[in-house]
Amino acid sequence: MEGQSKLASFETAVLPHLDAAYNLARWLTRNDADAQDVVQEAYLRAFRFFGGFHGEDGRAWLLGIVRNTSYTWMQQNRSAQLNTPLDDELHEVKSDDLNPEALLLQKADAKMLRQAVEELPVEFREVLVLRELDEMSYKQIAVVADLPLGTVMSRLARARKRLQQILAGHTQTEVLG
Amino acid sequence: MSCQTAQEFIHAYVDGELDLARSLEIEQHLEQCEVCAVAYRSQTVLRSALKDSSLYHSAPAGLEKRIRSSLRREAKSEAGRRVFGWRWLPVGAMALILLLALVIWRAAPGIRPAGDDLLAQEMVSNHVRSLQLESHRTDVISSDQHTVKPWFDGKLDFAPPVKDFSGQGFPLLGGRLEYLNNRAVAALIYQRQKHFINLYIWPTEQSSATSEVATKRQGYNLLHWTNSGMTYWAISDLNGVELHEFARLVQEAQ
Repeated sequence: MEGQSKLASFETAVLPHLDAAYNLARWLTRNDADAQDVVQEAYLRAFRFFGGFHGEDGRAWLLGIVRNTSYTWMQQNRSAQLNTPLDDELHEVKSDDLNPEALLLQKADAKMLRQAVEELPVEFREVLVLRELDEMSYKQIAVVADLPLGTVMSRLARARKRLQQILAGHTQTEVLG
Repeated sequence: MSCQTAQEFIHAYVDGELDLARSLEIEQHLEQCEVCAVAYRSQTVLRSALKDSSLYHSAPAGLEKRIRSSLRREAKSEAGRRVFGWRWLPVGAMALILLLALVIWRAAPGIRPAGDDLLAQEMVSNHVRSLQLESHRTDVISSDQHTVKPWFDGKLDFAPPVKDFSGQGFPLLGGRLEYLNNRAVAALIYQRQKHFINLYIWPTEQSSATSEVATKRQGYNLLHWTNSGMTYWAISDLNGVELHEFARLVQEAQ
């Protein structure tokens, strides 16, 4: 009977975050079928580790497991993507920010925005997705992505700069073409 | 506030992660600086674009069902494992190990491997800590044994033997007081080229001398022996052969 009650409390605490789990896995793996497999595997892992969960932030706890499962999956299936470790310093970008008006134009084109986010290096993509789509605080992002708080802030800043650059590039090619 | 600082904090400001004082400073700066104000506006536009663009991937239909059934299977197999009493296996094994440990402890008071093991761990931590900062390394800096030895006087309830081995390539750098194995002990620090050696000394009730016991932990070599009523632990990242040579020098000097 203990198994049944564990299952019941797990389902109450963790299952409501299924959308968040899928969203993160989908953005990390960039593929529907893979994201489903990753999420299912992550839920099994979470269930096994549920004894170590003490009712803090269920969503952050689950997303941490989803993230690890995604990385393991990517290592096994397409290690090439992960073989270039991100050096925060090396990727410092020039801050020739796009003007707001140009960005407003982008707003209409969701497809282009989606494509630009997918082009971001995975380390940038994850902090951006957690912040903008899951609206997590820096503290929660630090838990999920296993990063120091200060790194969350600087990585997020760089992720946004990079995203603007990608968008600027896309607009230029569009205009030229 | 400078533009550089402002640009750094704009993101935290946009995210509502900045404290009140800093937020006010940023707001003031944005009013005065057009460049930063543009940067700020482009961030807010980007944010709202991301939000409005339905970038969120909701879980596809059927995934929840798939997960629920795989969880049920997992719960069942966990319950199965419990029926066979596997849950008590670690408890039983632990009890057996404790019992064995107790028997060994009672039977052979001279050999307490568990105690030495813990001590070795303590030794490694202490050694590492002592090297992290130059100021941690020595309480009394001197290569003169006649300075170092009297320094311990009154600080310890025993007089540790202190010898300098500069002539043999192991110069004494100094000494410090440490708390190890639940007591105050003397730590002498020696150098071999670029390597540091910590030699810990404290009295033991064991009157007979024991020969060196060598262990390796986290890449450090440890040598442990007793002699003339004193326990010695030497630890270093130096290779085993040279550390042994050092131990021999210490023992011959007594």
